[in-house]
Amino acid sequence: MAAIETHQLAREFEGGIRAVDGVDLEVAKGEIYGFLGPNGAGKTTTVRMLTTLLRPTGGRAEVAGFDVAEDPGAVRRKIGVALQEAALDPLMTGRELLELQSTLHGLPRRETRNKCRWLLDRVGLTLAADRRVGTYSGGMRRRLDLAAALVHTPEVLFLDEPTTGLDPVSRKAIWEEVRKLNQEGTTVFLTTQYLEEADQLADRVGIISGGKLVAEGTPGTLKAEVGRPHLELSLVDQQGNESRAEAILARFGRPLPARDGTLMVEIERGSAEIGPIVVALNQEGLQVESLDLVQPTLDDVFVHKTGQHLEGASRDTDESEVVAE
Amino acid sequence: MTGALAANARVVAALGRRSIVQTLRRPQLLAPLIVFPTALLAIQTAGAGRAVDLPGFPDVPNFLSFMLAGAIVQSVMFTGNSGAIAFAIDMEMRFTDRLYAAPIARSSVVLGRLAATATLGAIIATYFIVLGLIFGASIHEGVPAVIWIIALTSAAALAFGTIGAAIALRSNNASVVQGIFPLVFVVLFLSDAFFPANLMLEPASWIAQYNPFSFVVNGIRDPIISGWSATTELKAIAAVIGIGALGFALCAAAMRSRLRRGV
Repeated sequence: MAAIETHQLAREFEGGIRAVDGVDLEVAKGEIYGFLGPNGAGKTTTVRMLTTLLRPTGGRAEVAGFDVAEDPGAVRRKIGVALQEAALDPLMTGRELLELQSTLHGLPRRETRNKCRWLLDRVGLTLAADRRVGTYSGGMRRRLDLAAALVHTPEVLFLDEPTTGLDPVSRKAIWEEVRKLNQEGTTVFLTTQYLEEADQLADRVGIISGGKLVAEGTPGTLKAEVGRPHLELSLVDQQGNESRAEAILARFGRPLPARDGTLMVEIERGSAEIGPIVVALNQEGLQVESLDLVQPTLDDVFVHKTGQHLEGASRDTDESEVVAE
Repeated sequence: MTGALAANARVVAALGRRSIVQTLRRPQLLAPLIVFPTALLAIQTAGAGRAVDLPGFPDVPNFLSFMLAGAIVQSVMFTGNSGAIAFAIDMEMRFTDRLYAAPIARSSVVLGRLAATATLGAIIATYFIVLGLIFGASIHEGVPAVIWIIALTSAAALAFGTIGAAIALRSNNASVVQGIFPLVFVVLFLSDAFFPANLMLEPASWIAQYNPFSFVVNGIRDPIISGWSATTELKAIAAVIGIGALGFALCAAAMRSRLRRGV
């Protein structure tokens, strides 16, 4: 049984705006699934449907074996949710928030106290536990939000853009925690607009654009689909030597058209071929000035599938506006 | 069944506690409940105390005794309004999403907020009774009246709170809820709260006589100034039930509309 399964999942808002348009997903138990897309692509709407906050207008979805529309209560008992921009009450203390969350999930009082203490320790907030959330930094808020999502030890954890706006150190701390949770057996459904985040964390990635799933697979498979790594290099004395250099490079892989005077060649074995190429050029009296091995990225995958770049790309209709209507 | 009810009651109590703490920690929510009605009570008592000499004015030991019920109802209406603003803020910052994503009945979120409003209503009634006694008011029917006034005020707070909660659910916007604040004054001044309806000019007098808020005010005032009247108290109870029923119906409709619109 899959942890998350959707079939032609769709959500249409008033005015005929179709934020999610027939998405099929299958996330295995114990997997970290990265749901990648620009602002307005339909990520948050999908998460809101999977977490029972929004009723689908088409298709169906099951989470932890329960239908989100027919048995939302059962779904809610099995999932943990950390939503975008950490919806925390700035007037509550960290401990109060966790205790409230525990009560909402029906934990007995004694267990609540112990669990909250353990969770605060786990996310490194013991010292700040009795401070109001309004005094927390962005990273601390995210960690508290994550802890709140874990009070009832959920089977499936939904993290909606958990590191948006965080500094690199806080971002890495969240990644570490997500990895640890996954190693303990929690299935993680993670939405993000950061390529690196999906690359670092996700076992598989789904790319959504315009409400449709445009690509799915492991980060490696997706990147391999759009091309091999290529080498970009320039020579110390390049003028008049381009054709000789290109002939040498052709022995190692498929030459690509030069761009702004930079020679390019697609190579199959990646960094292992850099040494032999430099040696071969030297033997012909050609000295390398600069050299860069360029790996395909998930952005390349996105460009390949949708014709637009992932980071910074957005549709005319902002999803947050649609949801707030 | 009993287990589920107990679990729901625990959730409502926890959400109510959180709402009370939120009110106490946010001065802009707390000030209208205590500061404004106390200031108005002090100003009116000091400035309009001779009103008791007007022909047709109820027989009262002093103007403060007459004004207490008005101050209590005014404060309770502000409590309902403040609770609704806090509820709308919760929706604006999507704190309610956290609650809706938990395995609880959606109605518990509203009931928790209303439980807090009812509790604050009881606290407010106690505060104004103590304040009144300190400054010379007297309670004609003694301790039973005090208990009755606290209970009626608490129920009235809950009833007013349902109207505010319905507006918050419908608008999803704290500014809109705040915008109804001046209406509270209109409703109060067109009632028995600060001046007897029989001494008002028409049509204000007619409106005040049939304003359900006048019934609530008189249900609190009579045991303070004159004595028990079954008719007055039954009218007060009916007004509270009517306002509450209307508010709950509006809340239910607003919840259904939110689900349909997906907010």
